[in-house]
Amino acid sequence: MINNRLIVSSSPHVRSEETVSSVMLDVVIALTPALIAAAYFFGFRALLVTAVTVLSCVVAEYAWQKVNHQPITINDWSAVVTGILLAFNLPATVPLWMPVVGGFFAIIVVKQFFGGLGQNFMNPALAARAFLLASWPVEMTKWVDPFSNLPLLKTPDVISSATPLAILKGTEAAGQTMPSITSLFLGNIGGTIGETSVLMLLIGGLWLIYRKVISWRIPVTFIATVGVLTFIFGKDGFFTGNAIYHVLSGGLMLGAFFMATDYASSPVTPKGQIIMGIGAGIITSVIRLYGGYPEGVSYSILLMNIAAPLIDRYTTPVKFGEVKVRA
Amino acid sequence: MSLYKEFSKGLVKDNPAFVQLLGMCPTLAVTTSVVNGIGMGLSSTAVLIGSNVVISLLRKLIPSKVRIPAFIVIIAGFVTLIDMALKAYFPDLSKALGIFIPLIVVNCIILARAEAFASKNSVAKSAADGLGMGLGFTLALIILASLREILGNGTFLGMSLFGEAFKPAIIMILPPGAFLGLGVILGTMNWFAQRKKRGEAK
Repeated sequence: MINNRLIVSSSPHVRSEETVSSVMLDVVIALTPALIAAAYFFGFRALLVTAVTVLSCVVAEYAWQKVNHQPITINDWSAVVTGILLAFNLPATVPLWMPVVGGFFAIIVVKQFFGGLGQNFMNPALAARAFLLASWPVEMTKWVDPFSNLPLLKTPDVISSATPLAILKGTEAAGQTMPSITSLFLGNIGGTIGETSVLMLLIGGLWLIYRKVISWRIPVTFIATVGVLTFIFGKDGFFTGNAIYHVLSGGLMLGAFFMATDYASSPVTPKGQIIMGIGAGIITSVIRLYGGYPEGVSYSILLMNIAAPLIDRYTTPVKFGEVKVRA
Repeated sequence: MSLYKEFSKGLVKDNPAFVQLLGMCPTLAVTTSVVNGIGMGLSSTAVLIGSNVVISLLRKLIPSKVRIPAFIVIIAGFVTLIDMALKAYFPDLSKALGIFIPLIVVNCIILARAEAFASKNSVAKSAADGLGMGLGFTLALIILASLREILGNGTFLGMSLFGEAFKPAIIMILPPGAFLGLGVILGTMNWFAQRKKRGEAK
């Protein structure tokens, strides 16, 4: 009888209830408030773009795995998360074929070419966004004001409005006034589908931290670095920058909480995560203040994604009893 | 028989760009359109045949200690000829290819064939080898350039393919598109090679 209770197995012996799908489902839950805000501000077209993106990501994952006789893993929600994140990075006015191209690029080129879930060296959604932005710059930067009644299926032919960051930069939209901080916080501004509502993204981000899906390190250091640097290097001299506007506008909240914390492409060590956050913050601030683009969150995260293996290598804790061998 | 073998190995089996990964600089840089790819490929082919033949003729005269400078001088001579010919007869193409024509001097395909083949083999064999490698390089450039021009500009050899509604993915004719295209082509080739190997093992 006692034999039945004696189970011999190798470690780990304590397993958590966490699975890929439970983690991904938490992320989907965390993204829902921002999606609701997007639907409220940009209308049903925002939902439609999101649905098309998610669908194309899932179809791309299914098709790739089917063709390559791999186990089908579309039930783990990871393709859905990539889809929502990619949709959040698109303006609500994009023609509907673009999310399809983006979804296939994200899943097949960035994720599956490198070995699938957990093997991608950069965030698939962000890489796809960079691909779309470089390919179709006009369509990708057609921002509209909230509540502008976009037609559902036709590609909207609208006069684009400026994002707060473009106004801050003062190049594209000289003369336009900045929206109030309340509008920035609630999301009542021009921008991509999911980046505008800071409030809703914060709720989602805090949910992820509460559920221990992500740690506070990358988002907090990332946002703090951007705030400090944009304050120090203001337009009218040192310590005059408009840090609050910089922190609240653009894709910073979305990027810091949902993109920079991607497991596969960010460092795993605590020290490394802090380096990642600070590094991404520095690059973002430099691009925003001195670069050609008004926004730099996505490129900063992509660049730090590439640096992540190196960061991990240099911040791996020393094992107990390990002695450094000088080469 | 063996001449044909020397010629054909460069086309697919030992393709200089896709298998040996030589000459990556022109491969990535000039393949923004098919015309540029053909121009670059044929210019390299001409240099390759010329330098292979001359180096093969002189292979017993060149002391091995100074062989690399000697090869470079011979190659540079042919490159200058091609550069002037292009400027005279195809000024537009010459302008589009720009610095990459003079840079054929340091193209590693040509130096590699000189060092590895022409300096050890007969004239006829070296000529066949140069022709095969050159055409293989041209073929590789045409494949990559077609992919980039069709996706990135919606045209093939300057002819519009899809009409007004098609919005080309500009990234494909930008530098990142070269890396994406080359990566996908190499991956596909390796995938087929592995499948073939697996099929043979069974």
